[in-house]
Amino acid sequence: MAPLIELRNVSKVYSKGLIARASTVALDNLSLSLDADKPTIMTVAGESGSGKTTLAMLLLGFIEPSSGQIYYQGKDITKLSPVERTQFRKEVQAVFQDPFAVFNPFYPVDHLLSVPIDKFKLADSKAKARNLMEEALNGVGLRAEDVLGRFPHQLSGGQRQRINVARALLLKPKLIVADEPVSMVDASLRATILESLRKLNKEYGISIIYITHDLTTAFHVANSIVVLYRGGVMEAGDIETVIKSPQHPYTRLLIDSIPWPDLDRRWGGDQMPIKEIEGALMGTGCKFASRCPFVMEKCKNLPAHFRLNQHQTASCFLHDQHPMLDVEKLTEVLPM
Amino acid sequence: MTQPVLTVNNLQVTYFTEAGRVRALDGVNLTLNPGEKLGLVGESGSGKSTMALAMMRMIKPPGRIEGGSVVVDGVDLTKLNDEEMREARLSRISYIPQGAMNSLNPVMRIGAQMRDAIKAHKLAPDADDIEKRINAALVSVDLKPTVAKMYPHELSGGMKQRVCIAIGILLHPKLIIADEPTSALDVVTQRQVMQTLDSVQKQLGAAIILIGHDMGLMAQFVDKVAVMYTGRLMELSTVQDMFTNPQHPYAVALIKSLPNLNQRGVFHGIPGLAPALLRLPPGCSFHPRCPIAQDICKAQVPPLEAKTPTRFVACHLVEKIKNEK
Ligand SMILES: Nc1ncnc2c1ncn2[C@@H]1O[C@H](COP(=O)(O)OP(=O)(O)O)[C@@H](O)[C@H]1O
Ligand SMILES: Nc1ncnc2c1ncn2[C@@H]1O[C@H](COP(=O)(O)OP(=O)(O)O)[C@@H](O)[C@H]1O
Ligand SMILES: [Mg+2]
Ligand SMILES: [Mg+2]
Repeated sequence: MAPLIELRNVSKVYSKGLIARASTVALDNLSLSLDADKPTIMTVAGESGSGKTTLAMLLLGFIEPSSGQIYYQGKDITKLSPVERTQFRKEVQAVFQDPFAVFNPFYPVDHLLSVPIDKFKLADSKAKARNLMEEALNGVGLRAEDVLGRFPHQLSGGQRQRINVARALLLKPKLIVADEPVSMVDASLRATILESLRKLNKEYGISIIYITHDLTTAFHVANSIVVLYRGGVMEAGDIETVIKSPQHPYTRLLIDSIPWPDLDRRWGGDQMPIKEIEGALMGTGCKFASRCPFVMEKCKNLPAHFRLNQHQTASCFLHDQHPMLDVEKLTEVLPM
Repeated sequence: MTQPVLTVNNLQVTYFTEAGRVRALDGVNLTLNPGEKLGLVGESGSGKSTMALAMMRMIKPPGRIEGGSVVVDGVDLTKLNDEEMREARLSRISYIPQGAMNSLNPVMRIGAQMRDAIKAHKLAPDADDIEKRINAALVSVDLKPTVAKMYPHELSGGMKQRVCIAIGILLHPKLIIADEPTSALDVVTQRQVMQTLDSVQKQLGAAIILIGHDMGLMAQFVDKVAVMYTGRLMELSTVQDMFTNPQHPYAVALIKSLPNLNQRGVFHGIPGLAPALLRLPPGCSFHPRCPIAQDICKAQVPPLEAKTPTRFVACHLVEKIKNEK
């Protein structure tokens, strides 16, 4: 397979101040890739602080890895020529969490769509530009006459977020990195945004990295999932398998905590004891050990990835009877 | 029969904005029994916080309470003078505002902020008693009493939110209103905060109004659900009825839009948009989006009517829906 984008042993360490000790490993030796020929939706999930946004920033080329490399269509993204760089900027688009932040309150929302059209010279006439905007808006289920000419404050958070998706779509990207695109949107308005993301993948062949802490939306949108905790991959695999049969205690904790809108599926019962993240990470063993109800002596060491079946792997000694999987080969368990 | 702890009657709030009068609360009626947990759900902008603020008499200009009454534990709050109202807050009715955890004073210790909250009261207990109450409140939200000596930045988001709950229960109110207490938190922390709220509610026997837009949270936590739309209640029923057999077409759409584990990748968004309050359509404000709207819906605002003793619906066509089923 020819990867569209590939991370090879990528780590990102932030150091605070001049004291080297106060450094945070935001992403720890991650290797992942997406196949250029099989556009998919991959979820990256985890609580806040798990390194999700750091990963998004790395993928978008906004920050550089502390170690390891990121390749876009085979080229190291820190070493692109100016022409390649422009192409990368066009083909890899972002949708961020805050549907308010990207809008300029003094312009009608058209502005958000016309800027990229001008910047990437997508249209040579006003009429063509208008056509492009209409097409992109239709792509996310909005009608141009409902939104063009309106100011950001006249639209709901859900509509603004859909316009953000339309803006990304305008550029006919190959990859969209969506960092918690619905977490600031009302629950009842989320469905339409998620539906447009899925449509972009299915109908336009765009690969999507869907970043979230909400596993219910991930379940409906994605094909595969990577569960991050403190920068490390805890569990990965097919979305349906992982959500319906989570094997890492951290994934179980996340799934147990979902308030399902279902009266027959109550919080509680066989729930795991919950502890919040506290303090800095100690030692070099399993990152989840301090919160884990199943912690054992051997968890002082770093667990490898154990391959549970074709489409699931967990980095946990509870599963050490299974064969190990090289960290570099994580992508093998992710269905397209 | 038990005396309700809360009776809201025809509550009306208007914001006088430059663009015109915004009727943010348009004649809301509600009753709640002691110890009951009510979920107030609706899209953002539907008037949930306005409802809470109006009950607390904390609506600020350009807003004004234009009518109605709020009776808590037998006392009509709208009839109290300012001094009496100050006494009622925290002891009869307490409000944990939306985003409260981010408005804790960053340069003040938690204990001092809790002390301030009590001292705003004329009936404030003596110093010893205050410390005892602070300790007890912290313990009942599952925090160590030593948290009183800490600053907000030393606490995680979930701990800060639990501090806000502790402040809310210092004077053992009969009714607690929690405005989107977990919207900014991760799922794991959210569950913990909700469990705290639940145990506090049980300890005090207080009634709770939980404001939010996440139906999942409502399913897990409340006894009754009130669905709000453009400043009006559309349906009020038990959580059981709401989830298994919603009646108002908006409630039906809301329930249908929920994610379902058995149907991966199937989405049922609610078509159309909520109208701006400044330009509400005549009649039922939901009629432009309603799949079954008829002429009467465009002409008359349907009142919230009791369809059964525990079920209130504001829809001209509800009887009809039942018959068709
Ligand atoms: N610019 C930065 N400087 C220092 N530390 C950072 C910076 N950005 C993120 N971090 C730290 O890196 C970790 C991962 O953060 P982030 O990628 O934002 O996680 P998430 O998006 O999952 O919440 C956190 O511990 C965070 O405090
Ligand atoms: N201070 C204010 N001035 C003018 N309008 C306001 C003010 N506060 C709220 N509103 C309007 O009242 C309506 C209800 O707002 P709010 O009660 O905050 O809704 P919710 O809590 O459901 O999101 C909104 O349409 C909002 O624009
Ligand atoms: Mg983030
Ligand atoms: Mg609100």
